[in-house]
Amino acid sequence: MSVLVVVIAVALLAVVVYLLSAPLRTARTPQDAEVVQAAEERASVQHELEVAREAKYREIRDAELDYRTGKLSREDYESVDDALRAEAVEILDRLEGAERG
Amino acid sequence: MAGLGRLCLVLALVVCVYGIGASLYGVRTSRVEFSESGRRAVYSLAVILTVAFAVLEVAFLRNNFAFNTVADTSSRTTPTFYRAAAVWSSQEGSLLLWAWLLSLWASLALFLTRKRMRDVAAYATAILLGFGGFFVSLMVFYANPFQTTSPAPPEGAGLDPLLRFPTMMIHPPMLYSGYTLCTIPLAFGMGALLARRVDAEWIKSIRRFAFAAWLFLGAGILLGARWSYSELGWGGYWGWDAVENASLMPWLTGTAFLHSLMIQEKRGMLKVWNVSLVLATGTLAIMGTFLVRSGVLNSIHAFGGQTLGVPFVILIGVLIAGSIYLVVSRREMLRSEHRLDSLLSRESIFLANNIVLVGLCFVIFWGTYFPLISEALTGQEASVGPPWFDRYTVPLALVLVLLSGIGPVIAWRRATLANARRNFVVPVLLALLTLAVLLVAGVQQKPFALAMFCCGAFVFGSVGQEFFRGARARRAMAGEATPLALMALVRRNRRRYGGYIVHIGMAVLFIGVAASSSFQHATELGLSPGQSTRVGAYSVRYVRPTATITPKYDAAHTGSTLSLGAVLDVTKHGHHVATLNPSEGYYASQEASQGTVGSLIGGQPVSHVSMNAGVTRDVWTAIEPDIETPALKRIVTIGNRTLPPEDAVVAIGYLARAYLQHPPVAQFHFIDSPLVMWIWLGGLIVFTGGLVAIWPAPSAVRRRVALRSRARAAHGLARA
Repeated sequence: MSVLVVVIAVALLAVVVYLLSAPLRTARTPQDAEVVQAAEERASVQHELEVAREAKYREIRDAELDYRTGKLSREDYESVDDALRAEAVEILDRLEGAERG
Repeated sequence: MAGLGRLCLVLALVVCVYGIGASLYGVRTSRVEFSESGRRAVYSLAVILTVAFAVLEVAFLRNNFAFNTVADTSSRTTPTFYRAAAVWSSQEGSLLLWAWLLSLWASLALFLTRKRMRDVAAYATAILLGFGGFFVSLMVFYANPFQTTSPAPPEGAGLDPLLRFPTMMIHPPMLYSGYTLCTIPLAFGMGALLARRVDAEWIKSIRRFAFAAWLFLGAGILLGARWSYSELGWGGYWGWDAVENASLMPWLTGTAFLHSLMIQEKRGMLKVWNVSLVLATGTLAIMGTFLVRSGVLNSIHAFGGQTLGVPFVILIGVLIAGSIYLVVSRREMLRSEHRLDSLLSRESIFLANNIVLVGLCFVIFWGTYFPLISEALTGQEASVGPPWFDRYTVPLALVLVLLSGIGPVIAWRRATLANARRNFVVPVLLALLTLAVLLVAGVQQKPFALAMFCCGAFVFGSVGQEFFRGARARRAMAGEATPLALMALVRRNRRRYGGYIVHIGMAVLFIGVAASSSFQHATELGLSPGQSTRVGAYSVRYVRPTATITPKYDAAHTGSTLSLGAVLDVTKHGHHVATLNPSEGYYASQEASQGTVGSLIGGQPVSHVSMNAGVTRDVWTAIEPDIETPALKRIVTIGNRTLPPEDAVVAIGYLARAYLQHPPVAQFHFIDSPLVMWIWLGGLIVFTGGLVAIWPAPSAVRRRVALRSRARAAHGLARA
């Protein structure tokens, strides 16, 4: 085995050990972990609502495009748009609640 | 360097096992640092396998025949271009490619989700490392790419000449990227089920990867078809071969998923269906690899051995059982949030499209695995051929193309009959006009092809109308010129209009398939120089034979020792159309029993097709010269008896000269095929549309659109 191979192997091993152990070297106390977990759960709920909000906005835009390209009648568009806005408002309310914590 | 490669594999296996343990321990005990360490195990795997792949690639490029895999699949006469790609022509190398690509894509997916869905991502990490560990184990225990022989043989067997074709450089990496990308939605889907978090977030996280898998798999399939058409010498691009089918099946379920996921995003519906499609697509991708690598079914594309069958069957069994258990046990939380508002809605069309796509997949699955099923049930292996596949897939493909034209003109949620009628006028008129023109032109004898042309015209009409109306609406709103309005329309609605472009591409592709398979003229016959024959509307004359010797002068640049061909003059109504030069390459073999001269040309001969390809038709030609004539055989026999290896090429020179001076009758295969180019063009359009759809919206535009939508919702809030 040449010196180069040994050097590459050792360097590779060092990189792997460094990568794997980095999070463990900064281990948190159980209390820290609980705080982090609670914060992450809040962030997760918030993110899920943000995803739902983006999807609803997209739906509102799609309905408008459907109307403008002649796929929806005015009455249908207004009814769909009203329903979508009501759903968007509900998501915004929930998001506001989540942001307030 | 082989030692470094072996060390990499062992280290990779250790990292996989550690990463699985750390991720599962982290998520079960809420110890985030362990989940984080597990995620980093995937990054480490990527680093290790990159080094391993580089070691193997260097061995190929440097002709290091001490590596068994290099000696088996490369040689000094293999051109450098193909030596670089020979890595994945071997069983061992392709397993390494699979594991390496998986580690790269998994690293990207986990990096992008590093701050979200920690529990889902931790399970996904464990599953992805499970796949990685499986493939690394295969290499460590069954097919090690770093096995060596001492002393190293002086020369290798060479790359299979069939694979010496430019698209083969990128076809396997594309296909394997598709396969490995399919496992990412599967891992996240399973993770979401395990973590009991089946909300919209995991779908959003994997959407782009599902799309990328679909794109890569599609591109890989098309490149494979192109290789088959241009290289295999039979003139077809799709033969319903087991390995071709294996890549098509996950692509079909992936296509179904890309449509139905929109329904889940918008309406919170079809959750069971979507997660099942994701799991099925991932499992089918693994089954595809199994078919190529296990050698369990006969295929011209299967390059594996029999040894890997059992581990793959176990993995597939675990995947299927695990998927069914997870979906059934989580069915309560997968309930739909809404119901269909109307049967006349885009949701319904998407649902119909899903049923057709899954139906197509089922038909292909049945036909592909029928030999195994029949053997298991009756003890005798029976198989079904292209006519069986055509009988079921052609009508389904027609319905699919029709639906891809109906979908764009139907609104989400609900559409009224009056609107639908109005929107169908242009597409239906275009389809009827096409029908009338084709009937007048005398195209009546192929009803399925006729129906496909009409369906294609219907799609052009409906999608064209969508672009026109969208641009008109945009012009009315923003006062922009038509080209600008069109561009702005696509830029602001990438997914919608990217999808429409894909529909156009698929229609073009299917028209190409229908025309080329229904209206093809093919002739196989023997000709001597000076003789002519007719192929469709063309006349082909065998002008003279050609011959080149040694890899240096091989016109196809594939490293052949001898290449015999023909100059063909193609004319139509007396006018010159093209001069074509089909040839057949003869390659060296490692069989010492063939003699010093015989072994120089004793490898598998490969046809090099020559064609005049155009938008309306292709004239495709292949030659099979006769080198088994007594005169030519005598040169080889005398050479074998009298010439030492270093002078054996002299006899090949004599053989080439004798062939040119007294050319025997050569067998030719001529095909006049319409619209084949449309298949490749359609594929390019599909690829372009896919890129448009997958491309992230510019952040400024996204912010502006979000602000506008927010303002509109606030307006709604005020009204409520």
